[in-house]
Amino acid sequence: MTNGFELVTNAAGRVVPAEVNGRKQVAFPGVGKHQPQGSKAAPPIHSAGDYPANGDKRVPDLEIALRKCGLRDGMTISNHHHLRDGDAVALMALETAARMGIRDLMWFPSASFPAQAGVIELMEAGVVHHIEGSMNGPLGDYCSQGKMRGMGVLRSHGGRWQAIQDGEVHIDIAVIAAPTADAFGNATGSLGKSACGSLGFALADSMYADHVIVVTDNLVPFPCVPWQIQGNNVDYVVEVPSIGDPAKIVSGTTQITRSPDRLKIAEHVARFIRDVGIMRDGFSFQAGAGGIALAFVDYLRCMMKEAGVKARFVRGGSTRYLVELLREGLADYILDGQTFDLAGVESMARDPRHIATSPFTSYNYNGKGFFNQLVDVVVLGATEVDTHFNANVVTHSDGRLLHGIGGWQNCLFAGCTILAVPSFRDRIPVIVDEVTTLTGPGEMIDVVATERGIAINPLRQDLLDRVKGSPLPIRRIEDIQREVERICGGKPQRPRLGQNPVAVVKWVDGTVLDTVWQAVF
Amino acid sequence: MRLARRFSAGYAEQDGVSPVGTTETVASTTNLKTSFEAGRSGPDVRSDLRVVFEPRQTSGIEIELQSRVAPYYGDSIRAQVQGVLAELGIDHARIAIQDEGALPFVISARIEAAVRRAGLGQGRRALPESVPLPPPSARDRLRRSRLYLPGSEPKYFINAGLHAPDAIILDLEDAVHPAEKDAARILVRNALRAVDFGAAERMVRINQLPLGYEDLEEVVPEAPDLVLVPKVEDAEQILAVEERVKEIAARCQIDRPIWLMAILESALGIENALAIASASERMVAMSIGLEDYTADLGVVKTAEGRESIYARTRLVNAAHAARIQASDSVYSDVGDMEGLGRWAESARALGFEGMGCLHPLQIPVIHQAFAPAQAEIEKALKIVAAFEEAQQRGLGVVSLGSKMIDPPVVQRALKLVERARQMGLLRSGKTSTTESLDTT
Repeated sequence: MTNGFELVTNAAGRVVPAEVNGRKQVAFPGVGKHQPQGSKAAPPIHSAGDYPANGDKRVPDLEIALRKCGLRDGMTISNHHHLRDGDAVALMALETAARMGIRDLMWFPSASFPAQAGVIELMEAGVVHHIEGSMNGPLGDYCSQGKMRGMGVLRSHGGRWQAIQDGEVHIDIAVIAAPTADAFGNATGSLGKSACGSLGFALADSMYADHVIVVTDNLVPFPCVPWQIQGNNVDYVVEVPSIGDPAKIVSGTTQITRSPDRLKIAEHVARFIRDVGIMRDGFSFQAGAGGIALAFVDYLRCMMKEAGVKARFVRGGSTRYLVELLREGLADYILDGQTFDLAGVESMARDPRHIATSPFTSYNYNGKGFFNQLVDVVVLGATEVDTHFNANVVTHSDGRLLHGIGGWQNCLFAGCTILAVPSFRDRIPVIVDEVTTLTGPGEMIDVVATERGIAINPLRQDLLDRVKGSPLPIRRIEDIQREVERICGGKPQRPRLGQNPVAVVKWVDGTVLDTVWQAVF
Repeated sequence: MRLARRFSAGYAEQDGVSPVGTTETVASTTNLKTSFEAGRSGPDVRSDLRVVFEPRQTSGIEIELQSRVAPYYGDSIRAQVQGVLAELGIDHARIAIQDEGALPFVISARIEAAVRRAGLGQGRRALPESVPLPPPSARDRLRRSRLYLPGSEPKYFINAGLHAPDAIILDLEDAVHPAEKDAARILVRNALRAVDFGAAERMVRINQLPLGYEDLEEVVPEAPDLVLVPKVEDAEQILAVEERVKEIAARCQIDRPIWLMAILESALGIENALAIASASERMVAMSIGLEDYTADLGVVKTAEGRESIYARTRLVNAAHAARIQASDSVYSDVGDMEGLGRWAESARALGFEGMGCLHPLQIPVIHQAFAPAQAEIEKALKIVAAFEEAQQRGLGVVSLGSKMIDPPVVQRALKLVERARQMGLLRSGKTSTTESLDTT
């Protein structure tokens, strides 16, 4: 017992709380070991008789909508991050609740951004009790310092869907920012001045929340097509002058890194995928929008052209680099979970081969399969990885919350998982003896590619065999670690971590994988 | 600053930082000065640190440390500071450090620079742990690409070898602000000891004499493979450098070659090219600095370089006459890879064997351009095979089919096959006749 928390050790050897925010938890029992029981959760039945006969669900403002939804103390409000750092709706909803005198809300965003730093004040004022969702920047520091009243819960995009459908998180009111909507509540992210691409992160909320409010700055006459959110799930529609800052919603154009060291990593990854034979006709891959990932796509594109190879589908985070693949006929489809730049948004709006997906189709583990199991190779980042290939993406090496899990855990189920990371950052080695916070079990991670060499998980003897004869710098992970420690002047000290859990990291099935401990600043 | 500016436009992604104004520290040597600075810090600085050193009369060493890596290396940095100050003979001082993730060899160098700026630690050095020296450099090794690294920018040193240039140049001359020469010299010395540059030849570009003598004093004990001498106008300058290198190498018992390479950057230098090329046994290559050369002529430097064609061909001819390598200038537009490729190919056609580079991304383009074409290699292999056959059979005349091959053609083929082998374009075999083209 530490400050009233009962702690247990899970199958990964990590110490985790047995109870989180008043709810009993299942400690991670190992990959594929947890067997869920029971039925999915469901929202109450509503009838058309309770809604306007003409289908016009507009109300004058958000306060009236929240009042009509029965907002009261202690409820859970959800928001979504498809507008990223340009989002104005989440703070609008919570600040409206504050004006209504509401207290002790649980805020359940699909991810938070610096634009929502204002939630700190709302937590200080008692309006928001705690956050379950990714936290970084000022919100991350607030949670890391142990100032939040409840415990943070970090879930993957797929894990968030799982938690909602399994009834682990009950959403009272979902407030969905919609770049375009009609008065019935049909909504799309593809059109409008605040267009952002896919609204997939809000889909589960629209289906499972007790009440759903759509907030839009581009109301169109019925029908809003193609709808990504179905109006049949929506209670109220609120029109506002602006749902966010378009300049921060998508970047005008995403850029490949010009850092020669990072380009070297990207090149290693692309050559690896080619040389082990993953790059073949009909293959599939996923890469995000980071500088290394974009550069990797560009290298791979050249190699695909050279070899006359075509991908069946690519998974985004879409950017202009994926869009170019589609346009050049190097991929049949983009299955897009999140759209990062204008080229991606335009492509999704116009090209039927560029398809919006949701965490349900792509990522949800507690379903009858999910798309990412069908992806041949994914390229991901990490803050730390240990010599057993266990990796951390959520905290800095000193324990402070850095960023959310996103789709990272869900991507680990692809045929081959590659972490593309520099071998050290600012003298801090990336390959460590033990990760600060376990986010992905090593058995799920196949390759660590750095500028100094590529390490293959010994569990993947098949990859080790297939890479034989390649001129790639294949090395043991311990060798790269040793070289980097020599450069950096020895093994780093272990950062001091506090005794109090401030957040937990969930595995994709809802079990507790690790604990984020209060950071000592 | 010319080179430094190009670097910040190219290599650095966001490098809006200018060297810290230590001019004041250097210029004012009055007794009023109580603190002495070295290095840089700030949100845009990586792999460096700023040291403020205040000598005291009593009360030991006081360390104030701010570092983004303090949770991992705070204890290590404090221990290192104590150790370095002890080696420099400093018993009492306050030292404030703002560290931006600098590696140990940089930390030592910046502290030593600050201490020396205080007029202390004379005749002492705080040398970092050294990595094993690479094998000695051969006189006629491949020198297709030599990557310039500004001598005051440690962040560029660390991974330079990973990009596999034939050589790296730790530059103490144009890339270093005059007020930073003293600190850069110490940093470059430490880098020669502590940084693994892989298979790259380790070159240092010194300043013009007499400032260059101070550079030699600091770096020659660390056995650089080659010293680049800038703005050479006559053989005397090479002889002066050679003499000093020899003297220091003997004193420090360096038993491996330290080669010289002259950079000609004026009309007079070009006119004296042959004398310069043949001035010393240590001379292995000669290059041209086009910015200064065109300035000397008062003409505009153009992308196609017609204004310097005489100087470049003259230099190539002199180098070959003296049996050393001719190496071309840099191609300064680091964003224009096609232009670079064209320039490098024309340089090879003129008889140059390599050129300078300002960004690692230029390296593969240059290597590609200086590689002989496959058809050239195949032809050369046939000639070499015919030559060896003629040797075996004791024939004086080499013939290929019905065609007689002249001795110079044989010589050229032998040289080309040897170069292709060094570039990894041939499968290695014991003799050239068992070699074949590596087309993988």
